[in-house]
Amino acid sequence: MINSKYFFKGFKSIKGIDSPALALGASFIAIGALLKNIGFNLEQSIFSTFLTYALPGSLVMAESFIVGASLINIFLAVWLVNARLYPMTVSLMPLLLHKSQPRWKYYLSCHFIAVSAWLIMKSNYQSIEKKHRIDFWIGIGTGTWSIAIIATVIGFLAADYLNKDMMIGLAIVNPVYFGCMMVGAMKSLQINLSIILGAILGPAFFFISPEWSILYGGVLAGTIAYFVGEFK
Amino acid sequence: MNEMSSNIILVILVTSFATYLSRFLGVVSSEKIDETSKIFKWFNCIAYSILAALIARMVIFPSGVLQEADLWLRLFVVIICIIVYLLSKKNLVYPTVLSAILLALLNNYL
Repeated sequence: MINSKYFFKGFKSIKGIDSPALALGASFIAIGALLKNIGFNLEQSIFSTFLTYALPGSLVMAESFIVGASLINIFLAVWLVNARLYPMTVSLMPLLLHKSQPRWKYYLSCHFIAVSAWLIMKSNYQSIEKKHRIDFWIGIGTGTWSIAIIATVIGFLAADYLNKDMMIGLAIVNPVYFGCMMVGAMKSLQINLSIILGAILGPAFFFISPEWSILYGGVLAGTIAYFVGEFK
Repeated sequence: MNEMSSNIILVILVTSFATYLSRFLGVVSSEKIDETSKIFKWFNCIAYSILAALIARMVIFPSGVLQEADLWLRLFVVIICIIVYLLSKKNLVYPTVLSAILLALLNNYL
């Protein structure tokens, strides 16, 4: 059903010098501690990472929960902040689709689409035959997702021992890891421009609309980069 | 307490549904998109620029505890760590470990 050779090849991407384990661990330790502080119990915290597995969404959920937002408002806020998962999925799944593979694999494993797993898959897919890419992806996803769940437990249990400076230290790890991965992905004019323009326009749009800045800035930057790359 | 607890479960379910929705619709759309098509390339550019925008925002306009560290301190740590990443032949362990220690120390002692 799932080819174990490729599954474990993907699973092993959590080891080594380009491992996402530290970055994912640090940010989900912070989430675990945050969830404990806002009144979740251990089971609920695990359940949250298990089902959502997307960092900005969990942060928005926690912020909305503290201020007592309605379920509709929580839904809209989370949907908006996680809408980036749509272009991420559309720019990943066509690389993995193979007619010999059952569809359920794609609809289940899209749950693993999050920045770290996506970046690992994007930088490794070419070395795997197309037929086996989905099993390789399920391996990467299972590995990174497990780290997130374990780190949530650690963060929940360690919450009382983490002081403010440690929390600040943990919070910078994730943007530094993603920033390095993005610099590492800069290999063609279109991608380089997308990344540079996105990093400029995203924060620039914050002054116009904080909630929409990432989508506005990202779509505009990506579209400019696409056209410059196509017509140069 | 019981009401509070069922409320938390609902919040988690709503959050995960709102998150899975974009992933699910992405797979539905992917069925019709060829990896060599122009639309795929366009979405690829948008995905990278949205991530770059997200990361830049996490550093420049963070939510949560990062707000308590100075903007210049955050930028300094990120730039130093990217330099370390490039100098160490793209080792990700050094810059990530360094970033946490550096920011926690600098924020405490500056």
